[in-house]
Amino acid sequence: MSTTDRASRTARAATGSHDSSTIATASGRGVVATVRRGLEVSPEITRGVRVTLLVALVSTAGKVVVPIAVQQTIDRGINGPAGPRPGLVVGLAMAAAVGVLLTGVSSYVANLRIFRATEAGLATLRTKAFRHVHDLSVLSQNAERRGALVSRVTSDVDTISTFIQFGGLLLVLSTGQLLVATVLMAVYSWQLALLVWGCFLPLFFAFRPLQRLVSRAYAQVRVRVGDMLGAISESVVGADTIRAYGVEGRTQERIDAAVGAHAKVAMRAQVLVAASFTGGVLVSGLVVAAVVAVGLLTGVGGSLTLGELLAFLFLVQLFTGPVQMGTEVLNELQNATAGWRRVLAVLDTTADVADPGERGVALPRGPIECRFEDVWFSYPGGEPVLKGISLELPPRARVAVVGETGSGKTTLAKLLTRLADPQQGRVLLDGVDLRDVRFSSLRERVVLVPQEGFLLDDTLAANIAWGAHGADDDAVRLALTELGLLDWALGLPHGLATEVGQRGESLSAGERQLVALARAYLADPDLLVLDEATSAVDPATEVRIQRALDGVTQGRTSVAIAHRMSTAEAADLVVVVDAGEVLDVGPHHELLTRCGVYQRLHASWRAQQRAA
Amino acid sequence: MPADDLSGDPSGTPDRRDVVRRGLRVVGRGIRDEPVIFGVAVLGSALYGAGTAGSGYVLGRVTDSVIAPAFVAGRVTGAQVWDAAGPIALVALLTAVGVVVRRAAGGITMYRLQARYRRAVTRQYLRLPLSWHHRHPAGQLLSNANADVEATWGVFAPLPMSLGVAVMLAVAGVAMVAADPVLAGVGLLVIPALMAANIVYQRRMSPLVMRAQALRADVSSVAHESFEGALVVKTLGREDAETRRFAATADALRDANVAVGRTRGTFDPVIEGLPTLGVLAVLAVGTWRVRSGAIVTGDVVQVAYLLSLVSFPVRALGWVLGELPRTVVGWERVSSVLDAGDGMAYGDAEPRPASSGPAALAVAGAGYAHVGPDGEDVPVLFDVTLDVVAGRTVAVVGPTGSGKSTLAGLLVRLVDPRSGHVLLDGVDVRTLRRGGVAEAAALVPQSTFVFDDTVRGNVDLTGTLTDDDVWAALRLARADGFVAALPNGLDTRVGERGASLSGGQRQRLALARALVRRPRLLLLDDATSAVDPRVEAQILEGLRGAGESATVVVVAYRMATISLADEVVFLEHGRVAARGTHAELLASTPGYRSLVTAYERDAAERAAFREHGTTPDTGETGPGTEQADVAPQEIS
Repeated sequence: MSTTDRASRTARAATGSHDSSTIATASGRGVVATVRRGLEVSPEITRGVRVTLLVALVSTAGKVVVPIAVQQTIDRGINGPAGPRPGLVVGLAMAAAVGVLLTGVSSYVANLRIFRATEAGLATLRTKAFRHVHDLSVLSQNAERRGALVSRVTSDVDTISTFIQFGGLLLVLSTGQLLVATVLMAVYSWQLALLVWGCFLPLFFAFRPLQRLVSRAYAQVRVRVGDMLGAISESVVGADTIRAYGVEGRTQERIDAAVGAHAKVAMRAQVLVAASFTGGVLVSGLVVAAVVAVGLLTGVGGSLTLGELLAFLFLVQLFTGPVQMGTEVLNELQNATAGWRRVLAVLDTTADVADPGERGVALPRGPIECRFEDVWFSYPGGEPVLKGISLELPPRARVAVVGETGSGKTTLAKLLTRLADPQQGRVLLDGVDLRDVRFSSLRERVVLVPQEGFLLDDTLAANIAWGAHGADDDAVRLALTELGLLDWALGLPHGLATEVGQRGESLSAGERQLVALARAYLADPDLLVLDEATSAVDPATEVRIQRALDGVTQGRTSVAIAHRMSTAEAADLVVVVDAGEVLDVGPHHELLTRCGVYQRLHASWRAQQRAA
Repeated sequence: MPADDLSGDPSGTPDRRDVVRRGLRVVGRGIRDEPVIFGVAVLGSALYGAGTAGSGYVLGRVTDSVIAPAFVAGRVTGAQVWDAAGPIALVALLTAVGVVVRRAAGGITMYRLQARYRRAVTRQYLRLPLSWHHRHPAGQLLSNANADVEATWGVFAPLPMSLGVAVMLAVAGVAMVAADPVLAGVGLLVIPALMAANIVYQRRMSPLVMRAQALRADVSSVAHESFEGALVVKTLGREDAETRRFAATADALRDANVAVGRTRGTFDPVIEGLPTLGVLAVLAVGTWRVRSGAIVTGDVVQVAYLLSLVSFPVRALGWVLGELPRTVVGWERVSSVLDAGDGMAYGDAEPRPASSGPAALAVAGAGYAHVGPDGEDVPVLFDVTLDVVAGRTVAVVGPTGSGKSTLAGLLVRLVDPRSGHVLLDGVDVRTLRRGGVAEAAALVPQSTFVFDDTVRGNVDLTGTLTDDDVWAALRLARADGFVAALPNGLDTRVGERGASLSGGQRQRLALARALVRRPRLLLLDDATSAVDPRVEAQILEGLRGAGESATVVVVAYRMATISLADEVVFLEHGRVAARGTHAELLASTPGYRSLVTAYERDAAERAAFREHGTTPDTGETGPGTEQADVAPQEIS
């Protein structure tokens, strides 16, 4: 086991490998185990592999054409008893040319089969990993780590693809060629064949520790690439802040350091690879000298012909070629398995919030009743955020959840929409445990509008229609009308067809929230959960939306998490959360008379609304 | 959506005939940048090339002078063995030295160039104005600094070898001609054939490779977008649809990669087979030449051996040709960053010293327009004029989308106005030296950026302040409580690879970052939207206590925040619709009044509704109750 393997295992052990809050940077497997698991995930790769190997073998066999032709030419064509016989050699050459042609065709077929099989397998791997990322609850917890996952379905898979494009067949062919060359060498002279193997043996032994060094070096390079990308991304993503604070110098220093650190380890890896490759080159050259020396000493005087010795030298080339290429390919393989491990690490992370799928219950449509039964929740490695919450929200209720920052409001919303599962207790919708509800049914009936409504780089209309499968412009228009937002939308440069830009950057933060809201509304859920969904919207617009929502959510259940007490004032039921516990539940005017925390929250809100 | 135009480069795919010329120009640039180490790599490669070809020559000579006579004589002496094996071993040693130097120095050249241009590109990112940043998606800029730089200099990996191959070909050619000009002629026919095959190969290959590269970027951007929106994907149950979207691009990439592989699979056997055919031809012609007595066996062996020796390395020339399209595309993207000339110009005026008290601020007739996604201007601000007396507090109030954040950006010179001026202490901010505005002013933006650093590093961006200063700022921002509760306090890592903070915590951290600098002008752009009312009240109170030393501009909706202000600027549709004290605007400006009193009116109306049963949904904006009729089936 290499040190990197050990390191990642230790890391996994420390954080708990089944804890989906941490996706291991790489699975802890060795090369063989990685490949085995990889092939399990992408069965396409091994489909028809026997035929491929057979074809590949034919193409390898063709490589011995030249040495045999050389031997035959020299021994029979030139130095034969009848002297040089051009006719015989031309015939030989023609036959050999046919062999070359066959080799070429079978090599093409084998190549194509390999590319088809592996690329199909890698596409599957990408898609599976992509889907799995979406199934992990980790996403609901740490927004900033998501970007790092992109490389798992892109560059990490690309490493494998590149390896296969350049080295896949070569590795197979090299092994075959080694075998064929060895057999032929033994046919000509088993003593010399032993000599060749004897010369390479130390290299084979030195190879494993060297590989370990190379693999460690590559692992370091990958880490440094990550650091470097992190540093560079700050200069891009944090451009506003860097500019506003004039810290270009410091940022550049950090980037320079990260770039330098990457270049340093990359160069070291390069020198290491060069050294290990050169070992092969050196031995290959020395082997020729040794074969000449020993061939002369033992062969002269009967056991070898001149042609055989010379043919043997060509065979040595056939042998050393794959050894040299092999070291190259195996170095690349280290790189590819490093990538493969990282992708597999995603798939190995258990999705703790799992879709019950077919076994699950499909809830019938209609107003939803929600119940929390002694619910406890803590984030990995943290203190409990929710401590024994029990709560009943009747159908059609408009509920507001209020409480100070850090009181557990948002977590409550996450549990209600099953972005996370409680460690203890149950969350029930219409009496059914959320964990038993089929995702397809759950996501249709329950929609959360988060504070940061995510926008696609597309038109306004497409963004609003995104949640409602197949909604057309008329439906979008109607939804905006109902929310009182049509005027706003039509006031944008191209109305509904306005491109919102990357992440919706052409719109202001408040406008992005309006889009997210319209989108959720159009998705037409029975339970609408709003988590600070209008925090960046101006008061007049917020009140307008609030009223529109009041109207349209009649008959549905809605839960709003809000700082603004206007939401609580308008709600049927207010839930006051404090330090992970439900302090009180009741209508606004009742809480105002009996709940101290609510009074305080309300008072400071009122104070904000008045001139100080 | 997946970018068709990945580079943002209007010229798109480079003209194929042009690729070699332009690619070589980039190569020339790289050589000029790293001449010494590249020279070492080339020397090593020349040694390797000469050694490889030399080994064939030596083998031929040894065959004739030692091996063949020994076989004919039927006996061999120790001296003969040394004469045969010694030169071969020596050449092998020299070749190995050449290889290690070539590869190590070649790699170092490549990585040095990568590092050099990554630094240059990021320097541009830090230099270019935000308007430029806003025109370029973050994913693209990241790939410019990373993948595109890598693509540009990737050619330096095979380049030294291909130059060594040129040496090798020269030596091999001489050795072949020395053995027998006729055989050499036959054998060397292979070289132009190989070249031709390589050129056709690269011609076919480069569009396929570029297509695969473009699709790789598509896969990346779909994944990026989708993961970024993961929360929404999940809550709207879009996983299946997103997976389909991703699978479609992944499958397209698969097909493109297979097309690349197919071409590779077609040409590889051709390029491998040509030298073999050459060797066979040499054997046939060689036999005839030996019979005619023109040459001896060793000559045939030498030419055949040389040919098979050079057949593999000759491919390096193809590798270089194969890399050139990537080089050209990569360089186009990299140079589009390096050549971006619209850098923000700075003057050399000094800002007033930090000790000179609050700054005076004025905006005169400022207009601003974003460049929209289609390249068209989207006007945001029109003829904005305002002035803030030093030490005063001004609130900027306006409906969603009225241009408040853009105005805030103008004030600290994140962007320059299209027309008009921004004056700090009576001096146009454009005349201040680089960093001058940032020294005087601090902006707390609406959405906070947290550096991948410790809490201390996030608050003290200069790295020069004491812990006491940092804690004082955290206290003022009411962030001291949660920071103290973090596992390592000030040394806790936050940001991308650190502890995750809630929205409110991030905002307070950003606030502390601004306050710790003791700015002479403080700009708060709705900077406490995620902070709950009680904490916000505490923060405001703290600011008021510490506020005498700074001029404050605050973008806000909350009455308490607004009422801190000496003056209110009401922004509507990008224009200053009204200015005055809060009370004046309440009286004079209905738009302002309805905006800031929305909650109050709402509460009052609701109270009235509860008491008298009147509907609160009065007036123009109430779609209200008739909504129930739109979707009656959902109301059971």
